[in-house]
Amino acid sequence: MRRITVRSTPVLVILAVLLTFLITAGPIILAGANPIAAYAAYLVVPLTSQFTLLEVLVSATPILLTGAAVAIAFRAGYWNIGAEGQLLLGAIAAAGIGTMVGDLPPVLALPVMVVGGALAGAAWALVPALLRVRFGIDEVVTTLLLNPVALLLVNGLLHGPWRDPETGFPESARIAASAEFPTLIERSRLHIGFLIAIAVIGVAWYVLVRTPTGLRLRAAGLSPHGARFAGINVSRTLLGAALMSGAIAGLAGVGEVAGIQNRLTSGISPGYGYTGIVVATLGTLTMPGVALAGLFLGDLTVGASSAARSLGIPSQLGAVVQGVLLLTTIALLTQRRYRARAAAPPAAPPAAEVASG
Amino acid sequence: MIFFVDLIAATLRNATPLVYGTVGETYSERSGVLNLGIEGTMYAGAFAGFAAAWATGSPLVGLATAIVVGLAAGAIMALLTVTLGANQHVSGIGLTIGLIGLSEFVNRLIFQGGDLQRIEPMSTLNPFGGLGEIGALFDQYALTWIAFLLVVPVAWWILQRSSFGLEIRAVGENPEAADAAGVNVTRTRYLALMIGGSLMAVGGAFITLALLGSFTLDIIAGRGWVCVALVIFGRWRIGRGVIGALLFSLIFSLQFRLRILPEFSALPFELLLALPYLVVIAALALSGRNVAYPGAYLKPYRRS
Repeated sequence: MRRITVRSTPVLVILAVLLTFLITAGPIILAGANPIAAYAAYLVVPLTSQFTLLEVLVSATPILLTGAAVAIAFRAGYWNIGAEGQLLLGAIAAAGIGTMVGDLPPVLALPVMVVGGALAGAAWALVPALLRVRFGIDEVVTTLLLNPVALLLVNGLLHGPWRDPETGFPESARIAASAEFPTLIERSRLHIGFLIAIAVIGVAWYVLVRTPTGLRLRAAGLSPHGARFAGINVSRTLLGAALMSGAIAGLAGVGEVAGIQNRLTSGISPGYGYTGIVVATLGTLTMPGVALAGLFLGDLTVGASSAARSLGIPSQLGAVVQGVLLLTTIALLTQRRYRARAAAPPAAPPAAEVASG
Repeated sequence: MIFFVDLIAATLRNATPLVYGTVGETYSERSGVLNLGIEGTMYAGAFAGFAAAWATGSPLVGLATAIVVGLAAGAIMALLTVTLGANQHVSGIGLTIGLIGLSEFVNRLIFQGGDLQRIEPMSTLNPFGGLGEIGALFDQYALTWIAFLLVVPVAWWILQRSSFGLEIRAVGENPEAADAAGVNVTRTRYLALMIGGSLMAVGGAFITLALLGSFTLDIIAGRGWVCVALVIFGRWRIGRGVIGALLFSLIFSLQFRLRILPEFSALPFELLLALPYLVVIAALALSGRNVAYPGAYLKPYRRS
């Protein structure tokens, strides 16, 4: 029975994607476009030229990282919905460090900036995590509330001390040349942040699946009581998962500053943290799944802007697709779980649904 | 004196969307469902209410539209979490992403990203205008009067004193027992979520129809998340939740006034704007320790 449920997971995810297209046909028709042509523009057109193909990888870079960040936390049963804020803190740190390391060679400047961004993301994740493990304060609310605070912090810096002295625009000064992420392919925007994202997903996969740390993390997510009974320090495991999650989300912010914008802007993240939740869920909280889902949503993002130009469908449809996709995926995957449980009555409760245990 | 009257009047005004949202979220959570779709529901209510009022010229049509949108949003949340038993955190976030996306999509279709459209905002009622300075306190929008004098007491009475309220609390605490006693768990949760959704949407619509008379992107700006925090702060009690909304709004309104003082002019106003959010987190940290969640919180119900 178990083998059948595992195998049916990709089928359910694909069904969720198809169902999403069916539902979003409504808004597409509302915009006066042909849904079939729209889906072609969304999915296929980005894959047809080298430039757009590379842009897919560029768009996938931040959401691969936020997706991995969210997946790690959710696997531990820690509901980190603050990847957006943690990303912004990583971006702030990258912009701050990036302007100060002009005298260093890239070999030193880049690692300092990357580590600084990861630490900033982890620091932003620390307070909700401590409140959760020490006082049992629901992390959902605190991580969510810190997202607008992080955005206000960005805007406060940009309208205050970091305002570009030359242009007067609410943008920070350009980071030093030695702090800019090198591009991987000439005349494209694809930068080493993409390789960092792939490496992070690889390491996260190894840690989750092959190490005792990963086992503890998954056990805490499956059943906190069971894990505690087995001698696992659940509080420490949750704290570790939260910090890892925040650090990875922070890296996404570093990549956007050092690889794309070369400065901090208030629009540095159009909701990459929330898209990370879509990526993690669509990827069924596994790292190979996150990789595929991140690339898929990168494809959709590039498709959304090309469809806006060629078919006149507002690019905001991309957000509608993401929301509907998240809902159809979670709804269908839940049905898998219930069937799996009915097939094996004495099994443990389904993953991560024992959130505040 | 003027300063304080003005501050309290602003506190009541700014608390209004939070009161609707907090009461709505309380109904959802007391039935056992955490509705993180609140941020998107408020957003969609704000947009749909504005768009309908703009198209018809009638704020009342706008309000009715927002209520319909809120009912629909609550029904979708119920379909996902009650009928299909999907994870409540993820469903709520998905609903929020989808509703914000849909609102901005339709906004783009109708208004083409052109100039900011405005409507004539709802007017204020001031039955005590003759009282002079103090009277300014009561110079409030009808939706504010309704929130404090009608919605809060009626919502409290229904939840705590009526048999329907008892059913909501029963399916949120112990659905098995409620089911055994003949309460339709699914129907009760659907109703609680739909009532909650309509209140959230009215809270959002208050901002566009009364407070601003226009719709701008990111108009809710985390107010929905604040309501979720206020429900915990209020320990799932309507009265305490409303007090929390008033405290948040007091700090919000106060920082708004501090900004224009010369002592604070050096600070970027965003830092003061972040203050209310930080106060909510601090309040949760102090008062929210080991609170008793509704018994069936986050748990889908399946007859076994």
